[in-house]
Amino acid sequence: MTTIDATPATNKSPSPTNPRRRVYLPHTKYIPILATLTLLLIMYFTGVANYENFGQPSVVVNLFRDNAVLIVVAVGMTFVIITGGIDLSVGAVISMTTTLTATLLQAGWPPLVVLPTVLLLGSLLGMGMGAVIHYFKVEPFIATLAGLFLARGIALFINQSSIPIRDKLWKALSEYRIVLADGVVTKITSVTAVVVVLIAAAVLAWTRFGRNVYAIGGNADSALLMGLPVGRTKIAVYTLSGFCAALGGVLFSINSTSGWALQGQGLELDAIAACVIGGVLLTGGSGYVFGSLLGVMVYGLIQTIITFQGDLNAAWTRIIVGLLLFGFIVLQRVVTRRAR
Amino acid sequence: MTIVKHRLFWPSVILVALLVVNIFTANQFITVRDGHLFGVLPDILRGSAPLLLVALGMTLVIATGGIDLSVGAVMAISGAVACLLIKDLSNQNSVGSVLLIMAIAIGASLVLGLWNGTLVAVVGIQPIIATLILMVAGRGVAQLVTDGQIINVQSSPYATIATGHFLAVPVAFLIAIAAVVLTVLLTRRTALGLLLESVGGSPTASRLAGIRSRRITIMVYVVSGGLAGLAGLIYSANIKSADSISAGNLIELDAILAVVIGGTALIGGRFSIAGTVIGAILIQALQVTVVAVGVPSKATLLFKAVIVVALCLSQSATFRQKVFGRFRPSRPAVPAEVPA
Repeated sequence: MTTIDATPATNKSPSPTNPRRRVYLPHTKYIPILATLTLLLIMYFTGVANYENFGQPSVVVNLFRDNAVLIVVAVGMTFVIITGGIDLSVGAVISMTTTLTATLLQAGWPPLVVLPTVLLLGSLLGMGMGAVIHYFKVEPFIATLAGLFLARGIALFINQSSIPIRDKLWKALSEYRIVLADGVVTKITSVTAVVVVLIAAAVLAWTRFGRNVYAIGGNADSALLMGLPVGRTKIAVYTLSGFCAALGGVLFSINSTSGWALQGQGLELDAIAACVIGGVLLTGGSGYVFGSLLGVMVYGLIQTIITFQGDLNAAWTRIIVGLLLFGFIVLQRVVTRRAR
Repeated sequence: MTIVKHRLFWPSVILVALLVVNIFTANQFITVRDGHLFGVLPDILRGSAPLLLVALGMTLVIATGGIDLSVGAVMAISGAVACLLIKDLSNQNSVGSVLLIMAIAIGASLVLGLWNGTLVAVVGIQPIIATLILMVAGRGVAQLVTDGQIINVQSSPYATIATGHFLAVPVAFLIAIAAVVLTVLLTRRTALGLLLESVGGSPTASRLAGIRSRRITIMVYVVSGGLAGLAGLIYSANIKSADSISAGNLIELDAILAVVIGGTALIGGRFSIAGTVIGAILIQALQVTVVAVGVPSKATLLFKAVIVVALCLSQSATFRQKVFGRFRPSRPAVPAEVPA
């Protein structure tokens, strides 16, 4: 991070024939995120041009409502990936949380006890995985894969079928509408997601913890030699991801007022893809929370376009999602490569 | 002392332990009936064939520092193509036509692998995202091929590759072992294995040393695609139909797990085919054992998770040292016996 700051002056010598070019060149570290933003806008306006009602503000607002869970999970994933790790357990933690929430509420637990309990459990699972990764030097991919099996195993053990939630608070939260403007309403879940993004972005950018996360991703050995708390930060990052996944599960249970053990299958890959689309490098050390948010928006916009298209069957939906993803990633690759 | 420290020691111990459990619980562990081997052990070997093939390809991909998430989708496509063509045969029992169709299906899988390899090596997309595209779109393609239906076939030569016996041994296992032997010969008796490991260690350094790292990278994805295609054929031959939804569902995670259990590091640069074979058979044995010992179906995943966690920890040298090191403070000649 800090090393990059010195590079732009030297790595791009201003060409004498076209001195103006240099003026418009953005900072190198912002190029991936700007490329994503540009392509996202192009995609959005293509949608506006092609489909009726696509330009309405509710389409954008609904992006946050429909993808609130993915946004929250991707935020936690961003921290993990920046340290150079990966967290495959998030989808399973969501299923565990929804199942547990529904079961506890059905058993008559007060909702204000259930909420902290499930969030704590998700964080504890994340902390456990982080501890295994740090103290026992197990690869993150494998430790969190085991976490995936464990969390989904617990969820399936509790209940294999969908459990309805009849709790008053959950119902109220689910039905509560926030009016942003005339005809533009949103739900409590999307507000939560936005708040999580803002807090996480601030933490990553302006706190000592955020700096440590970047330092570990850049080079864990150097970070250790510098005297940074590598172990503590690593464990904290997985705890954070576990917390975000549990929060995502709570949002899921509010959205659907039910809990199901097969919920959130494959969501971990969506979250990872969203981070990568948003310019977070899987090798660690570089990326932004807002980048991951843009990545989720790309995913959501692809889904929205498919919904507006309307006449696609399941097979074509998958293929179009794949093709759009492909087009997006290749374009992003071309843009970032040329800019460098 | 040295054998306990071998990285395949603990996976082997767990595999043997699982097999021993099966000796006591299954009514027939291994017997000869009608000139064929019957019982739990041949069943495990037969059932492990698809995972073994997929994990073999995955080993090579991981050796170069990549990862292939698309194997499940490739399995679905290959099975769908084969069943579609076999269904249209006038004589489904003609050996020549079935072999030709299998060659076509594997050819299609090789093309899919080429697509992955090109994205990774030529376009320069990170492997996890490049193969995610095919993972999403590929299953859509398979659904398109089968028109969303499950295609049933009644072809005895096709069924032979999954359920047949040759010299009393299951054909599926023989196919898998043939692929393993061929790969071992190609990688360990020629310079290919060394080249793979050098590309995994550092693509740039190997290119500077005169290795065509780009070509090698493309090649491993092609091989992985081909092996996944073969696995898809065995899977669909086993159920005598093409199921584009459940064929190879989540097999990528099991395959990666098998590879890692076998001691291949996900960062690339070294690989162990023997380890992958043990890993794949172990996962299959685990699945069979869970049913055999009468674990209720809702707890199967939890049981698997516990074993996987134990395996991950047993593989970590730090964990062994921290936990078991306490029992022998002054390095006795005989290692302390540890319950598996």
